[in-house]
Amino acid sequence: MTLNEIQDEIIDDFELFDEWMDKYNWLIELGNRLEPINPKHKNNKNLIEGCQSKVWLHAELDNGKIMFTADSDAIITKGIVALLVKVMSGRKPEEIKDADLYFIDRIGLKENLSPTRSNGLLAMMKQMKLYGLAFYTKLNSSF
Amino acid sequence: MFDVEKIRKDFSILQQKVYGNPLIYLDNGATSQKPRAVIEKISSFYSHSNSSIHRGVHFLSEQATAEYESARNRVKKFINAEQNHEIIFTAGTTASINGVAFSFGEKYIKAGDEIILTEMEHHANIVPWQMLCDRKGCKLKIIPINDNGDLLLDGFEKMFTPKTRILAITHVSNALGTINPVKKMIKTAHANNVPVMVDGAQSVQHGVVDVRDLDCDFFVFSGHKIYGPAGIGVLYGKERWLEEMPPYQGGGDMIKNVTFEKTTYNDLPFKFEAGTTNYVGAVGLAAALDYVTETGREEIEKYESELSGYANRKLSQVEGLRFYGTSANKISILSFLIEGIHQYDAGMIIDKLGIAVRTGTHCAQPVMDHFGIEGTIRASLAFYNTKEEIDRLYDALLKVKEMLGPRNS
Repeated sequence: MTLNEIQDEIIDDFELFDEWMDKYNWLIELGNRLEPINPKHKNNKNLIEGCQSKVWLHAELDNGKIMFTADSDAIITKGIVALLVKVMSGRKPEEIKDADLYFIDRIGLKENLSPTRSNGLLAMMKQMKLYGLAFYTKLNSSF
Repeated sequence: MFDVEKIRKDFSILQQKVYGNPLIYLDNGATSQKPRAVIEKISSFYSHSNSSIHRGVHFLSEQATAEYESARNRVKKFINAEQNHEIIFTAGTTASINGVAFSFGEKYIKAGDEIILTEMEHHANIVPWQMLCDRKGCKLKIIPINDNGDLLLDGFEKMFTPKTRILAITHVSNALGTINPVKKMIKTAHANNVPVMVDGAQSVQHGVVDVRDLDCDFFVFSGHKIYGPAGIGVLYGKERWLEEMPPYQGGGDMIKNVTFEKTTYNDLPFKFEAGTTNYVGAVGLAAALDYVTETGREEIEKYESELSGYANRKLSQVEGLRFYGTSANKISILSFLIEGIHQYDAGMIIDKLGIAVRTGTHCAQPVMDHFGIEGTIRASLAFYNTKEEIDRLYDALLKVKEMLGPRNS
């Protein structure tokens, strides 16, 4: 599936929920299901600190694709982290650096990306794209 | 007779629903809501009296100036200062503290001098003094707190040395709710010839503050936390200090005479009010103080204390809930965590149930460090809150536990 197809699938999933609490329960479920980050990657280098919640993001290149693993100390934030990993992980650097992440707005979680919310999510999205750009540059400069 | 239902009718913002639930506003420590009297005063001022103050010869300017100076007089009365010119209008508590730190620092502080603060200060009463220390080479000494959130005053008197220049303390902790024994501390400081600045941002709206009874040298507070508009605050200073201290901002209205060679400053209070001040804010603040006075400051204190006691008992019934700030002497701030649940997750769920609380460090990171936590959930109550609202918060916390409790984390 393309990056946007996955985003559209997530939007469809969230359309099932009329109630905020159902949305949050689903995010908690997704947070709990998120593949755990290797403890050695849950370090200060990978820490994206917000003053409300913390996010850890690790990236590595595998066969030309970026594999993201991540974690958060807050479970609802972790649910949103899980969605971002689902959309972005396992893709080529150029897809990641150019990704238009519209799904967060469409599922009603835009407020979570406000800079003043300071929960680490906005910085995490930027960091994912920076990894995309960095790996893209690395792969395309070694000719 | 204090009638909360009648009072609530004065606050139209409280009559709305958010996410389909009636709004319950428990974030009064951050900012308070405004009664109709304040909103109407501001609107009427702009509609009928607006003009630049202290400058014009015309009718409107006279009228606006009279309202502004009347506002100063009402602030003076509200905190029982001795003279009108001891009341300086600023942009808020933070601006007031920065002003004191700069002007007092310029005049009296040199390398090696000491400033005493407490471990429970808001960042606004830490950072301006740190900036002063960076400029002047002075240092901070910190009065510690215990696990109830009370100041540890055993060694307090010994902290004063011949190099101590000022004690800057919060009257009430914004993160813990503790009311500090400032009057006693001021006495001790004065016995050591050290002046005291009291941060009244969280105290002045919850009871009677009398700066002459406290005998503090400076007292600062914000308009927006006492049901007044944002962007207006007060710096009270005893005349002798304000006379001696240099201004911290230059501009119009604060001068007597300007040439390119030399400027002579205006008299108090104008020396500290450079430029066009927030005169509408001052007028709105005075309307808020009038509202509080008419409601009855002792009645407000009594009602809030009763409500706070009820909230304390009710929330104690939530299994796994731990309060931070359990001093016997507190205002209506409840700071807490629920075991195994991140405060941010809890805050997000509580929000969707229509309840406004604050989560995080409350701009008091040293307090969080003391307890080894990243933040708390804070419900800060005002006199328009009710027991029914506390019950709704209790229900919300049960919902939080149901969604985030051990099974799910």
